[in-house]
Amino acid sequence: MTTTTVRASTDGSPTTARPGPRRLARGAVGADKVFAIGTRTIGGTVLAITGGIGLFLAIQAFPTLDHYGTDFLIETQWEPESDTIGIASVLAGTATVALVAISLAFPLGLATALYISEYAPPRIKGALVSAVDLMAAVPSIIYGLWGYLLLMPHAGRIARFLHTYLGWIPAFDVDTDPHAAVWAQTRYTSSAFIAGIAVAMMVLPMAAAVMREVFSQAPLGEREGALALGATRWGMIRTVVLPFGTGGIIGGTMLGLGRALGETIAVLLIISPSFDLKFRPLEIGTQTISALIAGRFGEASTAQLSALLTAGLVLFLITLVINTLAAIVVSRSRSGAGTDI
Amino acid sequence: MTSVAPDRTSVMPPLPEGGPMPGDLLVSADHPALSTTVPVDSDPRLRPTRRALNGVTADDSFVVVGAAVSALALAWLVCFQLLPWGTLPAFVVTAFVLFLAVIAVGTAVTTPGPMVADRVASVVVTGGAALVALGLASAIVFVFVRGWPALWHWNMWTDDMAGVGPRDDLTKGGVAHAIVGSFIQIGIAVLITLPLGLGTAVFMTEVGGPFARVVRTVVEAMTALPSIVAGLFVYTTLIITLGMPRSGFAAATALSVMMLPIIARSADVVLRVIPSGLREASLALGASRWRTVWHVVLPTARPGLATAMILGVARGVGETSPVLLTSGAASFFVWNPFDGVMNSLPLFIFSGVRSGEPEAIERAFAAASILLMLVLLLFVTARRLARPRTGR
Repeated sequence: MTTTTVRASTDGSPTTARPGPRRLARGAVGADKVFAIGTRTIGGTVLAITGGIGLFLAIQAFPTLDHYGTDFLIETQWEPESDTIGIASVLAGTATVALVAISLAFPLGLATALYISEYAPPRIKGALVSAVDLMAAVPSIIYGLWGYLLLMPHAGRIARFLHTYLGWIPAFDVDTDPHAAVWAQTRYTSSAFIAGIAVAMMVLPMAAAVMREVFSQAPLGEREGALALGATRWGMIRTVVLPFGTGGIIGGTMLGLGRALGETIAVLLIISPSFDLKFRPLEIGTQTISALIAGRFGEASTAQLSALLTAGLVLFLITLVINTLAAIVVSRSRSGAGTDI
Repeated sequence: MTSVAPDRTSVMPPLPEGGPMPGDLLVSADHPALSTTVPVDSDPRLRPTRRALNGVTADDSFVVVGAAVSALALAWLVCFQLLPWGTLPAFVVTAFVLFLAVIAVGTAVTTPGPMVADRVASVVVTGGAALVALGLASAIVFVFVRGWPALWHWNMWTDDMAGVGPRDDLTKGGVAHAIVGSFIQIGIAVLITLPLGLGTAVFMTEVGGPFARVVRTVVEAMTALPSIVAGLFVYTTLIITLGMPRSGFAAATALSVMMLPIIARSADVVLRVIPSGLREASLALGASRWRTVWHVVLPTARPGLATAMILGVARGVGETSPVLLTSGAASFFVWNPFDGVMNSLPLFIFSGVRSGEPEAIERAFAAASILLMLVLLLFVTARRLARPRTGR
C-alpha cells in the first residue's frame, strides 16, 4: 500500500500541487491474491466435481431415452431380458412410500416442533432440541432394522385394522379378505406402509427442526399481545405462531419429502419387490427407484446401467425440484439471511 | 454501559453485588445536590410475589387424572372385552383417543370453549411428541438390547470373520474388520471432503462474486443427490469404466461424493451467520482479507464449523447405500484401501440381516450397537464443541 499525504488547501481553490483521490488497488494484492485464487480454485474444483456428476447423469441418460423414448416413463415392468424397461410402477412406488412417510412425519413433526417451542419446560428444551438432532444423526440402517424386525409384526396388525374398518377407501384396500377366520398375515407385511413408517422416522427430525426454528422466531411482542388479550396458549399458537410459521411448516415438510424420496436401505430391507402399478400402500410388494438401483446394479450390463442411471437422474431431478421449492418457501418465511452486530 | 468512571468510585463505596441495597443513600459525585434513597421494604408481606402464570390448579390435575383413569378403564373394556383388538398397541391408541374424548367432555363441563380447545390441543401436541420420543427410544433400545448378548463376547470386538461360517456361534468371529474398514473409509472421505468443503464455503462467503454464486447454486442443488445415485455414479465410473476393483477407496470416493455438498453447504451456512461487523472491524483496522478470514472469521466460526463437520461425518459413517455398491464385503481384515474388497459396519449389518441366519442377525445387531455408539460419540463431541444453545 502506498500512502499519500493530502495537503489541505485553506482557500478551497484547486491548486496544481493538490493530489487527486488516493488510488486504491482494484483487485486483491499480495497474500490476498493468493487467498482469492486459492479459494477460487477450490470452488472451481468442487463445481467441477459436483456439476460433473449432474452432467454425467444427463449424458448417461441419453442412450436410454433414445432407445426407449417416452416408453421409459410409462412402462411398468423392468425386464431387461425382454428389453422392456420403464419406471412408471417404480415411480409410483417411490411416491407411495414418500407419501406414507410424509403423511406420518408431517403431523408428528409439527407436534414435536410445537411441543419443543411452546409446551416443553424451559429446563429440558435444550435437551429436546439435541434429541431431535440426534434422531437425524441415527443411521438409516438402524431405522431399517427397527422397521424390519421390531415394527413389522405390529404394523401388519395396524394395516389389517385399517383395512377392516376403512377398507372402503381405495388407499386402504388390500387384495384379501380381512374377515377371514385365519387372516392372511403375509398379505400385510413388506408393504409400502411399513417402509413408509421407517422412512418417516428419518425425515421427521429434519421437518421438525426446520419447523421449530421458524416457530422460535415468531415475534415475542405479538405472542405477548395475544396472551395479554386473554388468549389461551393454543389460541396464541393458532393466531400468532402457526400463521407466522406457515412457510417453515410447508418448507420443512417438503425438505422431508425430498429426503424421503431418496431413502434406500430401510426401504430395501423392508419391502418385497413388485412391479405392479397400484396405490395400495397396505398391501405386500412395492418398488422404489433407489431400492431398484440397489437391487439391480450387480447383474446390470452397460445398457442396463445406463437405464438405472436414468432412473437415478429422474429421482435426482424430482428431489431437486422439491428441495428448491422448499428452500424458496423457507427463505421467504425468514427475515434476511445475514445477521449483524 | 455498566462501567463506572474512576473518579466516581473513589467517592462512592464499590457497589455491592446486585446493585444498591435498600436504605442506601446514593449521591451523585458530579452534582451533590442530586441524591436519592433506595426505598426500604418495611413489611415483607407488601413485597410483590411472582405470580405463577402457568401453575396447575387442583381442579386441572383432577380432570387430567380422572380422564386418564377412565380412559384406561374404557380402553381395557373396549380392547379386551368388547372388540377383538387385544394387543398392546391397539390398547394404547384406544386409550389415547378415549383420553382425548373424556378430557374434552370433562373440561367442557366447567369451562368455556376456548379452554376446551386449549386442553385438547395440548394433549394432542404432547401425545404426538411423546410418540416420536417413543419411536426414537424404542429404536435405540431395541438395537442395544438385541446386540447386548453378542457384545459381551470379547472376540466380537477384536476378531474378523475369516473362516467363520454364518451359523457358527458367537464365540467365534467378530466385527473388528468392519470397524477398521469403516474408519479407513470415513478417514479417506474426510481427508477429501474437509479441505474441499471448507475451502468452497470460504470461497462462497468471503470472496464472493458471480462465480461464487454459480458454485453455491450447483452445490446446493447437489445436496439433493440421493446417496444411492452417488454410489451408482462411482460404481459406473470407477469400477465399470475405469476397471478398478471394488475397494475401500472406491467406497471412500462414493462417500466423499455424497458428503461434499452436505459439508460445503453446512459450512457455508455457519460462515454466513458470522456478524459482518466483525469482518468490517478487522478490515477497518487495516487487516488484509486473508488475515481477516484466518484470524477473525474462522476462529469465530470454529465451534459451528466443528459441529457441522462432525455431523457430516456421522451422516457418512452410517450411510449404507453408496458403500453397498462400491466396496464389496470382505470377511477378513483389510488394511489397504486400494487392495480389493473391504467391509464396513453398515454393510456388515445389512448383509447380516439379509442372510436371515439367527447368528448372523445377532452379529449384525452387535455391529449396529457399535455403529450407534460411534454415532452417539460423534454426536456428543459435536454438542460439546458447539456453543451452549439457548433453546428458545
